[in-house]
Amino acid sequence: SEEAVKAAKVLMVGAGGIGCELLKTLALSGFSDIHVIDLDTIEVSNLNRQFLFRKSHVGQSKAHVARDAILKFRPNINIESHHANVKDAQFNVDFFKQFNVVLNGLDNLDARRHVNRLCLAAEVPLVESGTTGFLGQVTVHVKGKTECYECQPKPIPKSYPVCTITSTPSKFVHCIVWAKELLFAKLFGDKNQDNDLNVHSKDGSSSKLDVFERDVDEDLDQYAQRIYDHVFGYNIEVALENEETWKNRRRPNPVYIRDTLPEAVKQNGSSWDCSNDHEEPSAMASLGLTNPQEIWTLAENSRVLLEAFKLFFEKREKEIGNLVFDKDDQLAVEFVTAAANIRAHSFGIPLHSLFEAKGVAGNIVHAVATTNAIIAGLIVIEAIKVLQDDYKNYRMTYCLEHPTKKLLLMPVEPFEPNPSCYVCSEVFCTV
Amino acid sequence: GGGGAEEEELTAQETALYDRQIRVWGVDAQKRLSKAHVLVCGVNGTTIEFCKNIVLAGVGSLSLMDDHIVTEDDLNSNFLIPHDESVYGGKSRAEVCCESLKDFNPMVRVAVAKGDPSLIDGTFIDRFDIIVLSRASLKTKLFINDNCRKRSKHIAFYSVDCKDSCGEIFVDLQNHSYLQKKPGGEPEQQELKYPSLQYYNLNRIDCIYIWFVSIQEAISVPWKDLSKKTTKLYYAMRVLESYESSEGRDPGETSLSDLPAVLALRKDMCDRMSLDESRIPTSLLERLLAAGKKEHPPVCAILGGILGQEVIKSISCKGDPIKNFFYYDAADGKGAMEDIPPTPED
Repeated sequence: SEEAVKAAKVLMVGAGGIGCELLKTLALSGFSDIHVIDLDTIEVSNLNRQFLFRKSHVGQSKAHVARDAILKFRPNINIESHHANVKDAQFNVDFFKQFNVVLNGLDNLDARRHVNRLCLAAEVPLVESGTTGFLGQVTVHVKGKTECYECQPKPIPKSYPVCTITSTPSKFVHCIVWAKELLFAKLFGDKNQDNDLNVHSKDGSSSKLDVFERDVDEDLDQYAQRIYDHVFGYNIEVALENEETWKNRRRPNPVYIRDTLPEAVKQNGSSWDCSNDHEEPSAMASLGLTNPQEIWTLAENSRVLLEAFKLFFEKREKEIGNLVFDKDDQLAVEFVTAAANIRAHSFGIPLHSLFEAKGVAGNIVHAVATTNAIIAGLIVIEAIKVLQDDYKNYRMTYCLEHPTKKLLLMPVEPFEPNPSCYVCSEVFCTV
Repeated sequence: GGGGAEEEELTAQETALYDRQIRVWGVDAQKRLSKAHVLVCGVNGTTIEFCKNIVLAGVGSLSLMDDHIVTEDDLNSNFLIPHDESVYGGKSRAEVCCESLKDFNPMVRVAVAKGDPSLIDGTFIDRFDIIVLSRASLKTKLFINDNCRKRSKHIAFYSVDCKDSCGEIFVDLQNHSYLQKKPGGEPEQQELKYPSLQYYNLNRIDCIYIWFVSIQEAISVPWKDLSKKTTKLYYAMRVLESYESSEGRDPGETSLSDLPAVLALRKDMCDRMSLDESRIPTSLLERLLAAGKKEHPPVCAILGGILGQEVIKSISCKGDPIKNFFYYDAADGKGAMEDIPPTPED
């Protein structure tokens, strides 16, 4: 097997959590001709597990930095790094054909499907993998011998019915989706986008078409409080008018500023302003809230919402109308957390900390180094079998958090290709 | 665990760096990790994987004990040693690896502990919450494990050995209490303390108490008392261990030429322990003898990863620990636990 490894040309797709561990293990195992593709740049939150990267590398290409780090302890191997999207045209069937095996360390279904199809077209074996927290798996896909990655349907990402988001939330995640995709989008995003928020005001005689529009010369505090009362107070009262909806459900409580922050209504002065033009504006910083793990009270959430709202207009006005929610945008996360919490309060749903809300809103995958290391080891073991055409011993391996029949690492024989797979079945043509 | 959680919050730097793992095990566990002191005796491919994992996780300190001078052989399964003789020449494995490990996480204190594991005394080990031994003789394992158990301080003991493409981990946490998630049930107040648990699982949390046995006790369990499904590697490792012990060999200082003597020892041990010899395949013993000191890098990653998770779980007092052996063998792909002596069913 040493010769098979030495002679092998391997493609790694992804130089992140699994990728760093994989590149290291490949190098130690004698692989000497490796291509790496990754479109990402390095962030601080990567450094708890993507150990080839240092703080000084933040902002640089993962593929390039990973390559440089490996060459330090294996200077004589050949690594070609591509800071690019694997879906780019340059990575065509001919490109894939040069490899003996392809190893995936990806984090999204779309790219995985793309690579699966290219591997089938190029007739190159694929070793797939994934990790979340303490769970992980490695699977082997060889055209004609095993299932392809798409032979078994993959669960589609969770989406929620519109009415659950707009009218009858029952879980915190529903409130987050409302805060992110309705309220945040309405106030700060593209004005031309459709939005399900009720824009009509209480005052039927108002000439305004859209209550979310700021009046000419409207005081910022006034504007903020008006929006607050509209979405958390008036809109809820409107919803309550429909008896049918609430026959079997807990009725929500409308929430108004005069009840949650009575002092804010009286003094329209600006809050404690410790703004520093060089620092990122933050409602938490303005209000002296320091712990992202803390669950704020209704009053604190309300203060954060109003303060974040104002800071967007005071410090980031140019971006308003173009903003898209980004989990690394502190002010946006503060806004969405506060808005979701106030809505949650109305509907009797438990409140959450900024830390938790950020995880939900940002679809953050929790991740640790150990699982990635284990999975990388398993990938290389399968890759070596593939290089030797040892197909009787190919295994799909599952890394479990809780043992099944005393197994923490469970190998399963791969299934044969699904004859009705629309991707790899020979009935269909692959182009 | 390491001294218990304290009132101070994690720094902004820690929160940013550890965000993704705090979402797995919570803030309280992260604080406990930062107060834990770990000693690793024996620097090799597997233990450096383990060291990388716990340094990244953010333990309080890591001490490495291995006075062997770095040779070219060490470069093979070790990614912490740069291929530059001007850097590693004349230095011990511990010294060179220490420097590299510091880079992974400036918040962890990584230091060399000079000495010989077979000679360390009680007051020395009191500095640590976790001790990991690798490639140690049976005598040394028994000695250190015994010392850990004698201290009034609670010191967790682990041994890990990689024999080419298979390996063994042993765990002794003495008396251990921890929190365990149970699926189903109403969410409880305590879950608010573990935000990642509350979000990802609406589970009940129970406090569990378990007791571990010493190495001495474990390996003394008569083989006839073990389940017929017990991993063959368990027995094979005991035969090899016994052979090295009686021949005065360093761990891994064996080769295929030892096979006839090892087979004779197998017969002897099986007779004494009333086990059928066929339960310890000759082919398995051949593999272990031929392995010598070799470590297959993917298996180092697997064993180092599993061990890393175990140590993190025991420091944070969260999650079922492995009780009390773990085996991985690339030949069949299984990663299996063994409980020796078996816990009687309720």
